[in-house]
Amino acid sequence: MPGLGASFGRGGATGDLQDLSNADVIVIEGSNMAECHPVGFQWVMEAKARGAKVFHVDPRFTRTSALADTYVPIRTGTDIVLLGAIINRVLTQERDFREYVVAYTNASHLVSEDFQDTEDLDGLFSGFDHETRSYDTKSWQYAGGESGGDEEEESSDSSDSETGQSMGSGGAPVEHRGIQRDETLQDPRCVYQVLKRHFARYTPEMVADVCGIPTEVFDELAEAWISNSGRDKTGALVYSVGWTQRGTGVQYIRTGAILQLLLGNMGRPGGGVMALRGHASIQGSTDIPTLYNLLPGYLQMPHAERHRSLQEYVDSIKGTNQKGFWANADAYTVSLLKAYFGEEATAENDFLFDELPRINGDHGTYSQVMDMIEGGKIFGYFLLGQNPAVGSANGRAQRLGMANLDWLVVRDLVMIESATFWKDAPEVETGEIVPEECRTEVFFLPAASHVEKEGTFTQTQRLLQWREKAVNPPGDATSELWFFYHLGRRMREKLAGSTDPRDQLLLKLAWDYPLHGQEQEPSSEDVLQEINGSGPDGLLPGYTALKADGSTSSGCWIYSGVYADGVNQAARRKPGREQSLHAPEWGWAWPMNRRVLYNRASADPDGKPWSERKALVWWDEDARRWVGDDIADFEATKPPSYRPPEGATGVEAIAGDDPFVMQSDGKGWLYAPKGVVDGPMPAHYEPAESPFRNAVYTQQANPAREIYTNHLNEVHPSPPENGSEVFPFVWFTSRLTEHHTAGGMSRFLPYLAELQPALFMEVSPELARMRGLEHLGWAHVVTARAVVEARVLVTDRLAPLKVQGTEVHQVWLPYHWGPGGLTTGDVVNDLAHMTLDPNVHIQEFKAGTCDVLPGRRPRGGEVLDLIDEYRVRGGVTMASGSVAVTSDLLHASGRDRAALAQDGSTPVGAGHDPEQVEKVLGVRHDTRSRPGDPQQHGVDPQVLDAHPDLRRPPAPHDTGDE
Amino acid sequence: MTPKPSQETPHQPGQPGFEHVPGTVPREREVPPPIGGQAARMWDAGMGSRRNRGKDGRKRRRGDANAVVPDAEFRSYYGRAVLKPPVWTHEIAYYLFTGGLAAGCSMLAVVADVRGDVAARRALRTTSLTAVGASAYFLVADLGRPERFYNMLRVAKVTSPMSVGTYILSVFGPLSGAAAVAELGALLPERGVPGLLRRVAGPAGSVAGAGAALTGPLLATYTAVLFADTAVPSWHEPYRELPFVFGGSALAAGSGAALLLAPVGQSGSAARLAAIGATVELAAAHRMETAHGLVSEPFHLGRPGTFLKAARTLTAAGAAGGIAARFLPRRAGRVVSAVAGASLLTGSFLTRMAVFEAGVASTKDPKYVVVPQRERLEARQRAS
Amino acid sequence: MAALPDLTASLYGRLDDPARDAGYADPPPRKGFFTDTSVCIGCKACEVACKEWNAVPEDGIDLLGMSYDNTGGLGADSWRAVAFIEQSRPVGNQSAPYAGAATGGTSQQLQQDAPAAGFDAFAEAARLGTGVPGGHPVADRAHENTGGCGGGCGGGSAAAPAARSGEQTGGRTGGQFLGMPGMLAPAPLPDRDGRQDVRWLMMSNVCKHCTHAACLDVCPTGALFRTEFGTVVVQEDVCNGCGYCVSACPYGVIDKREDDGRAWKCTLCYDRLGEDETPACAKACPTESIQFGDLDELRERAERRRQQLHDVGVTEARLYGEDPEDGVGGDGAFFLLLDEPEVYGLPPDPVVTTRDLPSMYKHMAAAAGFMLLGTVAAALGRRS
Repeated sequence: MPGLGASFGRGGATGDLQDLSNADVIVIEGSNMAECHPVGFQWVMEAKARGAKVFHVDPRFTRTSALADTYVPIRTGTDIVLLGAIINRVLTQERDFREYVVAYTNASHLVSEDFQDTEDLDGLFSGFDHETRSYDTKSWQYAGGESGGDEEEESSDSSDSETGQSMGSGGAPVEHRGIQRDETLQDPRCVYQVLKRHFARYTPEMVADVCGIPTEVFDELAEAWISNSGRDKTGALVYSVGWTQRGTGVQYIRTGAILQLLLGNMGRPGGGVMALRGHASIQGSTDIPTLYNLLPGYLQMPHAERHRSLQEYVDSIKGTNQKGFWANADAYTVSLLKAYFGEEATAENDFLFDELPRINGDHGTYSQVMDMIEGGKIFGYFLLGQNPAVGSANGRAQRLGMANLDWLVVRDLVMIESATFWKDAPEVETGEIVPEECRTEVFFLPAASHVEKEGTFTQTQRLLQWREKAVNPPGDATSELWFFYHLGRRMREKLAGSTDPRDQLLLKLAWDYPLHGQEQEPSSEDVLQEINGSGPDGLLPGYTALKADGSTSSGCWIYSGVYADGVNQAARRKPGREQSLHAPEWGWAWPMNRRVLYNRASADPDGKPWSERKALVWWDEDARRWVGDDIADFEATKPPSYRPPEGATGVEAIAGDDPFVMQSDGKGWLYAPKGVVDGPMPAHYEPAESPFRNAVYTQQANPAREIYTNHLNEVHPSPPENGSEVFPFVWFTSRLTEHHTAGGMSRFLPYLAELQPALFMEVSPELARMRGLEHLGWAHVVTARAVVEARVLVTDRLAPLKVQGTEVHQVWLPYHWGPGGLTTGDVVNDLAHMTLDPNVHIQEFKAGTCDVLPGRRPRGGEVLDLIDEYRVRGGVTMASGSVAVTSDLLHASGRDRAALAQDGSTPVGAGHDPEQVEKVLGVRHDTRSRPGDPQQHGVDPQVLDAHPDLRRPPAPHDTGDE
Repeated sequence: MTPKPSQETPHQPGQPGFEHVPGTVPREREVPPPIGGQAARMWDAGMGSRRNRGKDGRKRRRGDANAVVPDAEFRSYYGRAVLKPPVWTHEIAYYLFTGGLAAGCSMLAVVADVRGDVAARRALRTTSLTAVGASAYFLVADLGRPERFYNMLRVAKVTSPMSVGTYILSVFGPLSGAAAVAELGALLPERGVPGLLRRVAGPAGSVAGAGAALTGPLLATYTAVLFADTAVPSWHEPYRELPFVFGGSALAAGSGAALLLAPVGQSGSAARLAAIGATVELAAAHRMETAHGLVSEPFHLGRPGTFLKAARTLTAAGAAGGIAARFLPRRAGRVVSAVAGASLLTGSFLTRMAVFEAGVASTKDPKYVVVPQRERLEARQRAS
Repeated sequence: MAALPDLTASLYGRLDDPARDAGYADPPPRKGFFTDTSVCIGCKACEVACKEWNAVPEDGIDLLGMSYDNTGGLGADSWRAVAFIEQSRPVGNQSAPYAGAATGGTSQQLQQDAPAAGFDAFAEAARLGTGVPGGHPVADRAHENTGGCGGGCGGGSAAAPAARSGEQTGGRTGGQFLGMPGMLAPAPLPDRDGRQDVRWLMMSNVCKHCTHAACLDVCPTGALFRTEFGTVVVQEDVCNGCGYCVSACPYGVIDKREDDGRAWKCTLCYDRLGEDETPACAKACPTESIQFGDLDELRERAERRRQQLHDVGVTEARLYGEDPEDGVGGDGAFFLLLDEPEVYGLPPDPVVTTRDLPSMYKHMAAAAGFMLLGTVAAALGRRS
């Protein structure tokens, strides 16, 4: 989560859920906490009972809104305008917590002369390269630090995103020495002033016009937030996937982070940014990642060109003369290699760093899907606990991709759609997949559920909690641990004695886990001990004990300490009522069991609490150490007065008043000179598909967004392009309490299926009237990707909003349904397109344009007819909605839209030999689909540019719906 | 640049091709009522407060021309029933009838016995036994677990009319049976042990018959308590009248059987009893149908309404016919008397059906629960 | 009959310890639920936990369209059921979300293109419940999709036509067209208009475990009994499915399971109480909306909560079923509500039917007496 990583230094929720009960105001935005995190929501209710005011900002009145004090309706995709306007108010009225801001943020740092703001470039920051669609961040640096931009500008287009994601546990490296500061915050080049200028145009009027939020409602929110922050009061911000699943998601989080820093709410009780993760152990699966570009503990995956040796690799992480704990990256890396290779890894052989796999570009899941569709590159696929046929964006592309594999292994609890797509996918109905001819051989392996195996969850607040095994898995079902251990064992046996270099990685792994029982099950506790790490004196007490000389090993440095003192700290279950609010003896949180991160900031620069009411951690002069209700997120004995000696680096360089110990300058970042690839400060761009012109800048959409150009992934035109009026409504998806993500764990269970027994869409009475939709009747949503039908729930909980003088109608659908299970329905994510956030490659689920028609959808091939008809009317092509820089489109440079669109967009099979790419992009499309031949689906850009008459003009003005 | 969704041309669903333009509602399509707050607002606009009802409101709420009270305004949860409709099936209505019939017959049988009307006595005792047999069958058949009917005898609970009734039935049944069996005595030979039995049979039958006649009234009226002792509005509210409706109806039914089966010469008392029973039944029923405001409404609506109207006519006519038959020439008298008997029986049957169905209906519409309780509540609040 | 006066004590009125009244020498403190709907987030964890622990079967997978309520109330296969009510008014201390939003304008604008917009209350009213013309197509579709209307369709008195026209075809929780406008109707909110306000009420309903439990009193087999904790439980090995309890319950809680024939309802997790465990639903509730404990303590806590809510401006908060003086002697499971009980599908002023049982028996006796006298009277009269 680079949004948080770049701002504070670690990519995790900054506090624990209990701490919400200390808040004076709680703003829940981009999250349906009551429905998706009902257990954690009890602490919001606790805060409310204690008198806190709770706001819920959401496009839809949800079960969270029902319990909030104030519900703020908002047009989806405009949060930066709302928060930006509050930031603007804070800065112009100078209502920030000044002492905090000066001491603990980079407000006083001076920014390079070369930096140009969106104000100067009408929506772009300096350094944007139209060809590569990416920013050169050199000009964003602090004054005097221009030398050190991100190194990878020259390298392949999307690899900068690796830096983006590796902010999980550490800010981006910058030179901290020689940073020029102006503590009066008056210098026009200091971050405070830069910020002030940048947000100046974000006004309450803008909020009303863009978000559809009335000024009085905005005032209520802004005043409550600002006046409930400061020395004696704190406010908490809660967000979840409503912010992250967007093409600009990281910048949403940055905006919230900036506001919380300005108000002095970070590192203090009842403050912070509570990032609620998607489900049970998502935090865990980024800590010990399932991501292609990360190693455990947010260490980057080595890059083919840039990391030829361990030294090169480590230096790229440490940066030069950087402050903070990343300076020990060598210790973390070497210990990881020791955990991987054991005795085999020695200083002489560079700890076998050379054996690690390398990346050379974007290998994210969506680009993999594109490769599958194209074929010839990916032959097999493992699916574990994932159901892309239902859960991933543009399910049609997902399924057609999987239908193009040789083999597919699905390990799951039940027969999910990703295992049965070859016979029950919607594409079978349209004739695009013919079961008899589908070449994919699917192997379904039953998996043990979470109650049938032991192990840990790392939940939303970085808390590791141990799970006991309650029952044996049924039948042949086995745990992931069992499966991968024995898979590895058998592969090693087959490869034994091989001298082929590519086999060495596997053969040199320390694959020696003791087995138990007749199932020959490895022990999860052994694995947890390996993760904790050990040294000459046995299990390590924490990551500060890690060495770079190969004497220690640790499977994930940030988890080091989870087995301190030989005790499974994650298994501690001392009831909350028997200890303090933060329950330090329940489970174990990384890092070092600290519950509220950056809590050094809960004390003033001299180490005294800002106020008695908000005391958490403070410096005890007599004991000469930091004490309080939480474990200090700081060196326990480093006094507030400590100032690093000249030339110090690393931990030694962290001053006694640098609370953000993972940041390369020890400060919270209002302005991110590095680490966020689409801008040092957030700027509002319309979603990739929007019925509205961007009212803030000329630039319509995030210029650095990632687009996969493919006939299966065509994006609707948005203003200023023609055709957007064909898709007049905004659709977005999310979840219901009663179901679990893609439904594998809920649609197949009667007790859950009966609670939400059918796919439905929520529409406002106004939209129902306009389109003739009937409560409990059927309607279908149309995009250029798919047509999805659902039952209609007409409800006042959705209301049209007045935006730019017109009314926008928003349609909401839950996405849990598919062809399988006890309750079935269309796959809602088929509506989505794959346009990704450039930092984290997350798709945009939360805003798209569509049309809504009454009744059931057409069947069979007629679905494709309907889609084609809309595509032609709206002028939807591979080129539409794909132009990076809007002004290029407005001031025609002689190049047509199709050409502009291909600038830097990620074509199918990026990094393939050119003619492969040509083969795909050069496909002559047809205005009619040919069932059974997916490649032939789409409209040729040239066709439309040649025959503009194919496009319908906006419909006449007079016909109403009376 | 911004869309004008509300300004597109109509869309003909399911019509593919390029002329297929998504748009707004086709003319003929009526806009559905929206939900939630909108609804509430419509009601605000239309109905105003609970106490001043707009006349259009009343027109709308006039559910049925027969309604004796205008439907009251009230709130409910999606119009769902507050109560669970009785799970009892029509068997229970049949049981009400057969039980009453058995009781009535057994009582008239004694009269016939005393007066020596052998033919009448025999017919009535037989009918009584058949009816009580049917009763037992209907009762067991209606159980969810008929094989467990004996569990009724595990306890004796005076708070459970069904338990009480079970014991009444198990006393009445054998007595009524014995009385009927005693009729067979006449077929036995005069001499020997059979002769002895033949001589005993008469007195034994009389004793058993008398016993049945004494328990009969309980059998006929406990069913009223059985129904009244529920939350079913249209059964509970008239709990004072119901025993008389059922009692009277039982006498009418018994008399009806007598008029139908017994020779005219032996059915005089039956005719008189029919008149008495019918009078009381009709009087009590009238009160039941009118005295309880909204809760009386179901007795006027739909099937129960029709049944009850028919029952009223048949019972009255039957009673009158029974008397009239006395003053007609023998053959005509026989016919009229039979017809009167039949209509009394049908009337009694329809009465039970009507009461049963009216009760069920009163559980299916929440208003019969909410409105009276709300009024009671507000009356209490006004008082305090 | 002589025994009756003694009975009345435990049939009605205040009764501080039902367990002792039921014969337990030294029972533990009475246990119960306090369900605080003001903190319910409608997660339905209670429903699932209950079904998991008690192995209650699935209750029909059909979309009901009653906001997020697809359970459709309590029944044999739903012992906890969460109600969802959408209203166009704010909770006392909430501010108006749509105030001044486009929607305000929308409603004005809609006022003009009424009746289509539905602001012609009379036109709208004429349509309500009858489903004509907007409703029926949906109704039909709803039927074919969800297997028909079970229980009074439509809302408010608008339900009456639907209910009377006998649309009851499916199980009680079967799908149905609910005539959405009825859901709140009529809810006079004279001060509200436009789309300014919306509130969403959620409430987890459950068996009330009445102090005077009609279901228990009328049970003829003793299958229903009072536990030492003062709760009311069905013994499934005794119940023979007579169905009397179903009609007796004033809350429409207990019901007969179709395929099984026996009556089922919440046991307040009797087996867990025995082990000193919290009932499954309360254990699973994340926001302590469902609170389990000693009834006396719960009643105090509830009163404090009510007061607290009034202090912060939620003046519509009220307690339901906590009063030992009420018609059922107080509920073992009681609630804090934010609107009138009937809005949640609860009876506003329930009274245990057995309150009137002694009087019923007296009237029965009278009626029985009349039958005897009537018969005697009929017997006297000369043979024609």
